[in-house]
Amino acid sequence: MLPEVEQYFRIEKLPHMWCPGCGNGIVLHSLVNAISGLGLNQDKTVIVSGIGCASRAAGYLDFDTLHTTHGRALAFATGIKFSRPELNVFVLMGDGDCTAIGGNHLIHAARRNINLTAIVFNNHIYGMTGGQYSPMTPSKKRATTAVFGSVERAFNLPELVKGAGATYVARATTYHTALLTNLIMEAHKNKGFSLVEVITACPTAYGRYNKLGSPAEMLKAQRENAVNIKDLRGSNGEVPEGKVVIGELYRAEAPEYIEEYLAAVKALQEKGGK
Amino acid sequence: MMPARLMQGNEACAEGALAAGLSFYAGYPITPSTEITEILSRKLPARGGRFIQMEDEIASMAAVIGASLTGAKALTATSGPGFSLKQENIGFAALAEVPCVIINVQRLGPSTGVATAPAQGDVMQAKWGTHGDHPVIVLSPASVKECFMLTVRSFNLAERFRVPVIMLLDEVVGHMRERVELPAVGELNIINRRKPEVEPHRYVPYRAGDDKVPPMACFGEGYRYHVTGLIHDENGFATEKPDAVQSHLKRLQDKILLHHSEIVDSEQVNTGEAEVVLIAYGSTARSAARAVRLAGEEGLKVGLFRPISIWPFPEQQLKELARKKVKFIVAEMNFGQLALDIERLVGGLCPVHRLNQVNGELIKPGTILEKIREVY
Repeated sequence: MLPEVEQYFRIEKLPHMWCPGCGNGIVLHSLVNAISGLGLNQDKTVIVSGIGCASRAAGYLDFDTLHTTHGRALAFATGIKFSRPELNVFVLMGDGDCTAIGGNHLIHAARRNINLTAIVFNNHIYGMTGGQYSPMTPSKKRATTAVFGSVERAFNLPELVKGAGATYVARATTYHTALLTNLIMEAHKNKGFSLVEVITACPTAYGRYNKLGSPAEMLKAQRENAVNIKDLRGSNGEVPEGKVVIGELYRAEAPEYIEEYLAAVKALQEKGGK
Repeated sequence: MMPARLMQGNEACAEGALAAGLSFYAGYPITPSTEITEILSRKLPARGGRFIQMEDEIASMAAVIGASLTGAKALTATSGPGFSLKQENIGFAALAEVPCVIINVQRLGPSTGVATAPAQGDVMQAKWGTHGDHPVIVLSPASVKECFMLTVRSFNLAERFRVPVIMLLDEVVGHMRERVELPAVGELNIINRRKPEVEPHRYVPYRAGDDKVPPMACFGEGYRYHVTGLIHDENGFATEKPDAVQSHLKRLQDKILLHHSEIVDSEQVNTGEAEVVLIAYGSTARSAARAVRLAGEEGLKVGLFRPISIWPFPEQQLKELARKKVKFIVAEMNFGQLALDIERLVGGLCPVHRLNQVNGELIKPGTILEKIREVY
């Protein structure tokens, strides 16, 4: 392991439990690079995760780490951040964890614009349980519960959280690791609810059921299918068929929940109210 | 003592929580517990605490656990349907040993039931509602003052034993108003969780001493430890090793068993010479107390045994009465939930009669008196 990131890992917990070719480790590397780049105090940084392959990441990271119940990571994180706003709180979730069972908490964390940094590992499938379709599985793609191809439509996650009130939304892939690191850093600097979606390969389930080839081929496809939002500007803005837009997708200014709460309390106390 | 005042049961719970040092509340509106949420939304912020109305009951329980991990004394309040929704995360708190208090003002169920009607149908759910074997402490107040005192005690027990503590009210106790004289904050015994006394690198988060309760570090204090809902070893990391799994789950049981006498609480009225002993809790115990007096006027020797801690149940006290060969009448606003356990504990030493009413009305003293005459 690279010495500059080693301090952020619980080395004794490695090797990790993920399958060969899984992209989750790449996301972790970018995450700790971002934490390092931001110069965050390791003792004042908390990693919260849900349930699923991606959420096992918390156990490998050397911070205060909380591996919660399925779908509820953002609600636990809200309690931590609201109770101790000085802590840096990163929330790691998989696509099923975050957008299916956790969908309600996702939109409400975004609506409050609470200062959390959410990272969604999107492998388009429930990996831990063996490959069932998720709300992020594209239409017609196969899974163990969609053997003829999914007849459902997938969420457009960035549009979903933007609509719900998030003030920073970005997307990268595990091929674009430098971009991913930068996006996580920017997301964390944003004072409000930030979400970074990471397209990551699950060769064992999603790749196999959909004949997407080896892990290396899946990574190459991430490169080939990605269009940086900067390259879309100047054109008519339409996303070419089958392409995935990466980069900083949305940024806005809006009141942050805890700041608003504390300001309201301060005003109340100054008025001598109870 | 504070000056006497007229207070509602739910309000007394809120005041008790504040007196115990509440610093975080997350809730969701639900009848008949909403007053607790409303009162704390007014009172907690001004005291520097945090109040948040979450998007649902599940999130409220989750936020409470998150806040408690940072050192907050955290509370949520709910009723039947909301209590059902909270169960998974209550199990998380039990397994990860995160102190917290849940107030469940029972209403008539199942399902949406009758939202404004009293019931005692959650007695078994309070013990077994979340999946898997787990310890829990459940207290049942029968008066407004007791709502206050037991809420304080709930926080003390949660902090002392690192468990979720459930306050089981019923709609009558929650909405009833009484004149109360409450102790001032300085007169209360307040217990705070034991923190580690070792350097962070020597901290073993789930290693407990003889009292079976491990010291608890707060997030953000440099201990950098892992908390998970997976069965874990004493380092806090997931394990499937049978010995480690069994020993962890056993310790969770043992920490309550070991301190059983410190936790259990009950009250007896007129049981000394009684031939019939009523067993009742919550608002039913108030009707039962009245029935004891009415029966006495008729020359019947009747007493009342009132469990205040429902779980763990005051077993020894009950067994002592059973050895006196009394006749028990268990009166409950359910179809016999606590009666089941009482029959088990009495073990045939004496008869156990049941008085069950599940119609959305509290059991009246006259109804209990009729039952007394029938079995006497």
